[in-house]
Amino acid sequence: MLNPLANQRVRTALIELGQIAILAKEVSASVLRWRVAWRDLVYQIFFIGIKSQSVVLITGAFTGMVLGAQTYFQFHKVKMDTATLAVVGVSMCSELGPVLTALMVAGRVGAAIAAELGTMRVTEQIDALRALATHPVDYLVVPRLLAAHVALPVLTLEAIMVGILASYVVGVTVLGIEPTYLWDNMLKYTHQVDVVIGLVKAFIYGGIIALIGCYRGLTCGLGAEGVGRATTEAAVNASITILIANFFLTLVMGKLVGLL
Amino acid sequence: MIEVRNLYKQFNHHSVLADVSFRIENGESVAIIGRSGSGKSVLLKHLIGLLQPDAGEVLIDGESIVAMDERRLLGVRRKFGMVFQGGALFDSMTVAENVAFGLRRHEHLTEAEIARRVAGVLEVVDLPGTESKKPAELSGGMRKRAGLARAIVYEPQIVLYDEPTTGLDPIVSDSIDQLMVRVRDRYQVTTVVVTHDMRTARRVGQRVLMLHDRRIYASGAPEEIFESSDPVVRQFVDGVADAKEMLI
Repeated sequence: MLNPLANQRVRTALIELGQIAILAKEVSASVLRWRVAWRDLVYQIFFIGIKSQSVVLITGAFTGMVLGAQTYFQFHKVKMDTATLAVVGVSMCSELGPVLTALMVAGRVGAAIAAELGTMRVTEQIDALRALATHPVDYLVVPRLLAAHVALPVLTLEAIMVGILASYVVGVTVLGIEPTYLWDNMLKYTHQVDVVIGLVKAFIYGGIIALIGCYRGLTCGLGAEGVGRATTEAAVNASITILIANFFLTLVMGKLVGLL
Repeated sequence: MIEVRNLYKQFNHHSVLADVSFRIENGESVAIIGRSGSGKSVLLKHLIGLLQPDAGEVLIDGESIVAMDERRLLGVRRKFGMVFQGGALFDSMTVAENVAFGLRRHEHLTEAEIARRVAGVLEVVDLPGTESKKPAELSGGMRKRAGLARAIVYEPQIVLYDEPTTGLDPIVSDSIDQLMVRVRDRYQVTTVVVTHDMRTARRVGQRVLMLHDRRIYASGAPEEIFESSDPVVRQFVDGVADAKEMLI
């Protein structure tokens, strides 16, 4: 038996999960009816994709460099220096690239979506949209969700490439690893399927970030406190969901790849 | 025609409306008055389906909008224009984009036609030349005018006003009152004004409904309400904090 507080928390979590599922259903219906506001979609791709470049590239580059250095320090003990970039390549493509990109975007974009929609809610702009016979899902959620689905895989691809390149540069110039074998081993052990896994994950994480951000914004409490809480919850909830989803996606896609 | 039958609404076990019933005919102008927190805005939002009641019916032209699917409700809402308390202008858009919003979403017009309609309606609400301004650059009164322009640009059958003069000085309030009367007469719209400003209720309402203790406490022509000897009505109309003071 759960104590009353835990009981209440579980109940709230289940209700929220149900509401997110209903929101996802509404979004699917809206996309199928092709009620997409194109101008907003383009703006959201710009906001999510272009404006996240610096944070994603810096994250990708330094993650690649740290991973390369750490791998080298261990592999050097067993004279496997030239395998360093192979480890970096596989890790960046299928795990670190999509997950770290998604976490950075969840912090930047998920929170911004929740804050914008939350402010619209507390200033009655969402009610005004509805009074103007416009469904908030069509006008606010769909463009953000589609833009996140498009932007995340592109950002992830950039983070992967920058991470591998940065790791290569550090390996060759700072750690003194033989460049030809370093690069050749990376190509040998990093397969196309690793990149595909990373991009599929990024596509899914894009949806998670936008959906949770929109949900938190549309359901935020009243006043500045409500908006602040929605913003924090959007970033935290999206990040945790991404990390949990990553575990299951890794298992499922690993099994699928094994079957192919 | 708007008809409300036995409407009940509560928030977090706190009852706000109980057994509210009234009817507003086409072209009629009704002011709903009541103290702050008496549920006037909640009632207004039920009329356009922004809130759903716990029990009761809301009928628009004979069609019940209670429990209606949100997408079907969008069709009903095209009969309405609503002016919100704070204007509720979309702050990422200019005044012209705000006013043109409904036209762009629901009518197939050329940009030139949209610009012409927007300029025309801004003229009606005494805001000519403000097309390129952002909501943050407008005063409170200007924001309400812009909100009204957005609500009437597509010529709805019913216009709802939520506290249109709250927070404005008496001169600006007076100009908003005149504007509501002008819009009512020019477009022949059904008007529902929620207010606790007695002057607005007297000027705009052809009929006044008083919301008190969660239900419609009094209803009648403005003269009847403002000359009523009922102590509750009197206290509100005279704006007396303590009912005992009225006996002095």
